[in-house]
Amino acid sequence: MIPPVPCVLKVERLEKSFGDVRAVDGVSFHVAPGEIVGLLGPNGAGKTTTINMILGVLEPSAGQIEIEGVDLAAERTKALSCTNFAAVYAPLPGNLTVEQNLRVFGMLYAVENLSARIEKLLAVYDLLRYRRTKAGVLSSGEQTRLSLAKAMLNRPRLLLLDEPTASIDPSSARDIRAGIAKFVDNGLCGVLWTSHNMYEVQAVCDRVLFLSHGRIVLEGDPKTLPEEHGAATLDDLFVNVAQEALHDGGRR
Amino acid sequence: MNASRIGAIVLRMFYLYRGSPQRVFPIFIFVAIDILVWGFLTRYLNSVSHADLNFVPALLGAVLLWDFLTRVMQQLTMTLFEDVWTRNFFNFFASPLRTSEYLIGLLIVAVTTSGLSLVVMIILAQIAFGLSFLSYGVAIAPFLMVLFVTGIALGVAAAALVLRLGPASEWLIWPIPMLISPFAGVFYPVTVLPVWMQAIALILPPSYVFEGMRSVVAGQGLPWDRLAIGGALAVIYLVLACMFFFAVYRTVIRNGLIARYSAETVS
Repeated sequence: MIPPVPCVLKVERLEKSFGDVRAVDGVSFHVAPGEIVGLLGPNGAGKTTTINMILGVLEPSAGQIEIEGVDLAAERTKALSCTNFAAVYAPLPGNLTVEQNLRVFGMLYAVENLSARIEKLLAVYDLLRYRRTKAGVLSSGEQTRLSLAKAMLNRPRLLLLDEPTASIDPSSARDIRAGIAKFVDNGLCGVLWTSHNMYEVQAVCDRVLFLSHGRIVLEGDPKTLPEEHGAATLDDLFVNVAQEALHDGGRR
Repeated sequence: MNASRIGAIVLRMFYLYRGSPQRVFPIFIFVAIDILVWGFLTRYLNSVSHADLNFVPALLGAVLLWDFLTRVMQQLTMTLFEDVWTRNFFNFFASPLRTSEYLIGLLIVAVTTSGLSLVVMIILAQIAFGLSFLSYGVAIAPFLMVLFVTGIALGVAAAALVLRLGPASEWLIWPIPMLISPFAGVFYPVTVLPVWMQAIALILPPSYVFEGMRSVVAGQGLPWDRLAIGGALAVIYLVLACMFFFAVYRTVIRNGLIARYSAETVS
């Protein structure tokens, strides 16, 4: 049951089927302002399908998505204006420079005072020296930082991060987690974060949703959830849930 | 409709053209080669033919007009391919960008680059072979307009095919103008075609342009009523092409292909 509090993201009874396969099966959740919600689950659980539907690049079979109270299906452009994302599978065009990418995407998101915003993000994400470098020749970690800078261009109210630190060294990952947490601390932005790094999830997420076979099977505080379910760590809990899901899947 | 978002599509292409001679040269090179080859051929035909027909405005003019249509279509499709090659559809379509804004951005790039091609063709044809567009009189404006709208319609339809069929559909797109040209009577009157080909020519807007051009060259004036049919057909095709593009976009959003574009299929 979704509480009647202000939400940056409200997902209700979301479903997506591909032929006979039900990739997402009646998922409901919300993300509140100032909250980081982890979306966890084994490969094929439906995390990316859910994120794709929230980003408007995949039409749900059923259900509703509201971003900042705006129905995505009815007012896609308005809803996505206050959203942004970074995902390892969506690199920015490699034949544009770092600065060109930020300018093009800044215009797509109609960012005001774009030049100043670009300068700030180049500094925050340590990209100043690469501003005239083609994105395609950056290391994978630098490309991830560029994707995150692009994701912050419009100061999104809803930020979707699909394994945002997957290609980043531990030190940079820590800085990036701190930066995102600081950005969320203003209480305006909510984040939906997928990751397979349970240490990271425990460090940054206020709440986690375990997804399996397209359904939310577990939800709670990542710091207390393992103990509540008799697991030593979040990692162990993840493995337990994934294995149960595997057996359930085998029986289905 | 948001000017900033349309501007983003245009600016992206400006950045690519500015930093890439290999993108700029094709705007000029292929049309220049066509003008040279056909220019010398028409000069040769004029020297050996005893007919009263001046081959320069009849043949070279036809080449120039046909190249214009081809460039319009290809420039629009090329701009879309930039997103195919960089796997950028996801980034664009997961942003507030509207499909119509994306299409208008492609259109502005196609108009600008094919306009540059046209200028080069006109200058080269005038300087090297003495073909003046003024020899067609005011008819040149509707000729270009009908071909331009047809080129845009073909480009939008081709873009829809690329979106639906995936990156490998590139080979299918480039020959489209070549497939149409035998029916459009670019270099010969439609009456020389077999009846079934003439029937197809009737529904092709360029055939009205090239028939009109030959009429002007023969000193018979411009058949405005026929050209109006060509213009109306071009507008109808443009509307149908846009509807096709939007329908394809809805399909790829529904089946998830846009998120898995490089796979070319969702099954």
